[in-house]
Amino acid sequence: MQIIQLAAETVTQVSQVTGNLGVLGYGLAAIGPGIGVGLVVSKTIESIARQPELAARLQVTMWLGIAFTEALALIGLATPFIFAA
Amino acid sequence: MLLLTAGFNPFTAGEGDFEPPTIGEFYPEVIAFEGTPFALNRIMLIRLLVTTLLIVLFTLWANRFRKSTATGQFVPGRFQMFGEISLNFVRKSIAHEQLGEKDGDRFLPLLTTIFFIVLGMNITGIVPGLNIAGTSVIGLPIILAGAAYVTFIYAGVKAHGVMFFKNALFPAGVPKAFYVLVTPIEFLSTFILRPVTLALRLMMNMIAGHLLLVLCFTATHFFVLYADGAFKAFGLLTFTFGFVFTLFEILVAFLQAYVFTLLTTVYIQLSLADEH
Repeated sequence: MQIIQLAAETVTQVSQVTGNLGVLGYGLAAIGPGIGVGLVVSKTIESIARQPELAARLQVTMWLGIAFTEALALIGLATPFIFAA
Repeated sequence: MLLLTAGFNPFTAGEGDFEPPTIGEFYPEVIAFEGTPFALNRIMLIRLLVTTLLIVLFTLWANRFRKSTATGQFVPGRFQMFGEISLNFVRKSIAHEQLGEKDGDRFLPLLTTIFFIVLGMNITGIVPGLNIAGTSVIGLPIILAGAAYVTFIYAGVKAHGVMFFKNALFPAGVPKAFYVLVTPIEFLSTFILRPVTLALRLMMNMIAGHLLLVLCFTATHFFVLYADGAFKAFGLLTFTFGFVFTLFEILVAFLQAYVFTLLTTVYIQLSLADEH
């Protein structure tokens, strides 16, 4: 009986998570765009290696791709502030 | 943990405690006209300063260009060269490249304005006396995004009439049944997400950069002045990181100006494009 009570107490204590959930949310939100930006840039590097004469055009498209994928990470950074109770 | 061992005890925190930056950084105290819509705080003053400087800069450039064509002095001096390079950057590599010569010159005033306002406001984030970007509070990014929004809708309506909305919301080549799915998505992505992401992208880049810079330099201040013994060395580490990050912030300032202008141009181009 006492052991079960002790176990219940320990479990309730361990299960208390403190800290800022927004930070955790941003960390998770940054995984996708991190991989995404990496993909965009790596594809651009490959294409420039294949056709160096198109480098300028490809670079412009790369910046566009980075802007779109990075937007999601930045919205992830903004949401804790938007939903601050 | 590091801050705890370095001597910062939250229970006996006194004069030398470490206060990390909060979102309150972007709401400095009001200096003048409190309570009215024209309340001036540090960020508004920075915006007014940058606007004034931009007006002065462009007036000087315009005078210089006019003088050089009037007197036939075609070899540019340094100031004129700087002006030509900056303005041609927006004109040639952004406007002409995406929109072609005719349409590029048509929308050039807006694009140049957006580029230089964003660049000027962003760069104040690293200027020593000012230290915060004018674009790090939502008002200015919303106005710029709103201008871009109105412009690309205007461009589409001018070129295609009311068919612009039909082409945007009901793209060609989609089986009729799928319009139930496609149209709400298209509406959301074209008419809502475009301006929102333009504004948020700019603002959040500036907020994140500013918070990181403040963190680095307050940590340096804390470590160098209030930490015990050997922990003072961490002050050097945070200072180096702050220095490097300042250089990165200069890059981000230019990049965000370029991306904002480029995206506006691309949206205009998409509006003007004829449907195949």
